[in-house]
Amino acid sequence: MIPAADPGNLVDDAEAELLLRLQAGDEAAFTDLVDRWSAPLLRVALSCTRARALAEEAVQDTWLAVLQGLDGFQGRSSLKTWVFRILLYTCRAKIERERRVPPLSDLLGSGDRAVPAEQFLSASHPHWPGHWSSPPRAWAPVPDAAALGAELGRHILAAVETLPERHREVLVLRDVEGWTSQEVCLLLGLTPANQRLLLHRARSAVRTRLEPYLTAETR
Amino acid sequence: MSEVDDLPCNALVEMTTDYLEDALPPDERSRVDVHLTQCPGCAEHLSQVRTTIRLLGALPGERLSAPAREAVLQRWRSRQA
Repeated sequence: MIPAADPGNLVDDAEAELLLRLQAGDEAAFTDLVDRWSAPLLRVALSCTRARALAEEAVQDTWLAVLQGLDGFQGRSSLKTWVFRILLYTCRAKIERERRVPPLSDLLGSGDRAVPAEQFLSASHPHWPGHWSSPPRAWAPVPDAAALGAELGRHILAAVETLPERHREVLVLRDVEGWTSQEVCLLLGLTPANQRLLLHRARSAVRTRLEPYLTAETR
Repeated sequence: MSEVDDLPCNALVEMTTDYLEDALPPDERSRVDVHLTQCPGCAEHLSQVRTTIRLLGALPGERLSAPAREAVLQRWRSRQA
């Protein structure tokens, strides 16, 4: 059988070897891939569809598409970019079909300030234009990762869910899943500057929403 | 290099992502660094941004349901047969 992929185009040797094993029908390799990537795939799907059943369907459909496309995969992009791109297209198609009602935040717009203007002195202030008038109140110390409580976790997820879709995608991939800026730009077709802008808006919105729960005197 | 802080806080809070991504030109990065040493409000704000990032990274992983996982693996097996 003529191998369809040219491993020289892939990102690294580990991925090239994985692809050869997959194309050779190695079930252990496929099972390992499913077990490693289903969690982040599901997380990204949930950032698109919000309905868990649809998100799970999207992940399953993605793996089936991967199965079907594996023999023809040329390795022009990395395996990860290819698989996650299939997921995004699958999710977006599902959303179109289900005619998802856009969240209010999409309709109202995300706002363009990290912090509301009223927390700063005006530009005409005689001494300190643009400086804090209401500086942020200190946050109480936040537990380490191992101790992240269920309640705080729910607040964080709720904050992420209010974000517009593009902002959510970037934030989930970068800050939740730990992808590099380059990987996210490749997957989503963004320039680094655009990606940073989306990330900035998303992080600012989440920080603002977490503020009431984390400010020291309310804990 | 001037140590005079001419960076207003409402400008700094829009630069936090570029700052953390190391995407600021060196002179702007210096201005931010100088400002942070002089402004507790902005230092606290940046600390909160960092905490937000850390909390997002600490979210527990998702999990594909067992039936969904099995369905995918079953499809693999039937293709190989």
